[in-house]
Amino acid sequence: MEKAIFKRPESLYETPFHYCPGCGHGIIHRLIAEVIDEFGIRERTIGTAPVGCAVLNYDYFNFDVCECAHGRTPAVATGIKRVRPKSVVFSYQGDGDLAAIGIAEIIHTALRSERITAIFVNNCVYGMTGGQMAPTTLLNQKTQTTPFGRDPKKAGFPLRVCELLATLDGATYIARTALNNPKNVLKTRESIKKAFLTQIEDVGFSLVEILSPCPVNWKLSPVDSIKWMKERMIPYFPLGEFKTPFAK
Amino acid sequence: MKGNEAIGEAAIRAGCRYYFGYPITPQNELTAYMSKRMEEVGGVFIQAESELAAINMVYGASAAGGRAMTSSSSPGISLKQEGISYMVGAELPGVVVNICRGGPGLGNIAPSQSDYFQATRGGGHGDYYTIVLSPSSVQESADLVFLAFYLADKYRNPVIILGDGFLGQMLEPVEFKNPAFGRLPRKRWALTGAKERPPNVIRSLYLKEGVLEKRNWELSKKYERMKKEVRYEGIYLDDAEFIVVAYGICARISKASVLLLRAHGLKVGLIRPITLWPFPSGVIKEVRDKIKRFFVIEMNLGQMVEDVKLAVEGRTSVSFYGRPGGGVPTPEEIYKVIKDGKGYF
Ligand SMILES: Cc1ncc(C[n+]2csc(CCOP(=O)(O)OP(=O)(O)O)c2C)c(N)n1
Repeated sequence: MEKAIFKRPESLYETPFHYCPGCGHGIIHRLIAEVIDEFGIRERTIGTAPVGCAVLNYDYFNFDVCECAHGRTPAVATGIKRVRPKSVVFSYQGDGDLAAIGIAEIIHTALRSERITAIFVNNCVYGMTGGQMAPTTLLNQKTQTTPFGRDPKKAGFPLRVCELLATLDGATYIARTALNNPKNVLKTRESIKKAFLTQIEDVGFSLVEILSPCPVNWKLSPVDSIKWMKERMIPYFPLGEFKTPFAK
Repeated sequence: MKGNEAIGEAAIRAGCRYYFGYPITPQNELTAYMSKRMEEVGGVFIQAESELAAINMVYGASAAGGRAMTSSSSPGISLKQEGISYMVGAELPGVVVNICRGGPGLGNIAPSQSDYFQATRGGGHGDYYTIVLSPSSVQESADLVFLAFYLADKYRNPVIILGDGFLGQMLEPVEFKNPAFGRLPRKRWALTGAKERPPNVIRSLYLKEGVLEKRNWELSKKYERMKKEVRYEGIYLDDAEFIVVAYGICARISKASVLLLRAHGLKVGLIRPITLWPFPSGVIKEVRDKIKRFFVIEMNLGQMVEDVKLAVEGRTSVSFYGRPGGGVPTPEEIYKVIKDGKGYF
């Protein structure tokens, strides 16, 4: 008998993603879906759809999803989780959503050690609105609103979210991973697993920041985007676990 | 009991188990009350990091099927408008209490009716309505909380309770009468986990051409149904030559003026809208041809007067007397305005 060793996770519908070529959202959706399947929690998972490129993620996720206002995702997830403490609730957020307009919500959700998991997609740019500067845009990086490159004197410095959240007592599992090669994709999956486990075991708040390519708005080919991640992004946003309740 | 506390207790008795707030005067007693009572009844109280967070916690709790509430006062209600709009768009129930104060800006903490427009015209972005209930006593504040939760669930729409600093702070006896409302349908749309059913999605985004227009027409049919919930109190309407229209605490004060005027032989009546939206236009249309003048009294620069004029359709005179910025009229003051026919416009 043949044994399927690679198939579509049940937590994903059989629908092609609409994301741009080389975008990381599709990979991240799949990793989340795989982890949910692995834990067997699809029927008690409640996800969120953020304002951003992933707003239609409920077209792909085969479980309950709540669309949220821009940046308010952790507050909405908090409301859901408090009503359904046995559910597994995750917020899915871009860097504009989480690190700019919703920075207050993510900090306070972490401070309350809310039993939710934040999946934080850092692509150094506002994707959906056409590539404006994000809080995570690197210095000298050109975007639609930093046409001469991000100048810290005018536009401030990039925000390292994991390092910030790791200072908070309520933050329990905080990790940064990247999608720049298969090995790191697998590490991302591992981190998502630990983050969900932190929630399932009722240990505390968890967040995985995933460095994710956005070739279209970076104005690079998908291949050059991967290079750019390694050469520019990862040096500024070092990978690793910043806080963990698990033995290393 | 204080008005603010009566609202909290009524909410608990109406089955609200999720309260999310942020401190602001003059509604702080309500938040404080909920922090204590939710603990006692095993509910959830969160002091949120902002009104934005608080209303979005209500949004999430409601999406998950819980009876949720938040309260604030004018500046905080401005922040909640984003979430209220999203709740309407996603058809989520919930109760929002506005213990209104003077504005614009930081304004003051005195009682006011400055937020009538905001409350009755949707308030946030988009094209929508919420039911707006206006109590004029502590007892009625409690009664309307029960009604608010029922109507919110019935129509899957947020309901606003528009009080003011006076009502929130005032001490009066109150009896909690949990009325028997009609049966509510099960919340099959709620996010409970996709077990033995297809996934539920709570959303307000409809990008495809024509879809949102169609949906908004559907919602408009719901708003039409909501209009049947109109409620008002009318006194001395049968023989009235003049009718005062006032709501909330201002109606309470005006009632005293009407009695005074009656004692002096003037045939004055009172219409007190209890629902500000839907506005009780019907009763105004019924009496408009029989009377000489409407006097609209508000604690603002003149907001509800526009609804009165819309209902009057130019068939009789409409005068307005208002006290903006936290001013509260006395019964004698209103008496004089109507008796002398001076001071209004
Ligand atoms: C209150 C509000 N402000 C602004 C917008 C416009 N807007 C839509 S998506 C977006 C940025 C999304 O960027 P990010 O969170 O980084 O996610 P990405 O699209 O890159 O995945 C903005 C500003 C909005 N919808 N609502």
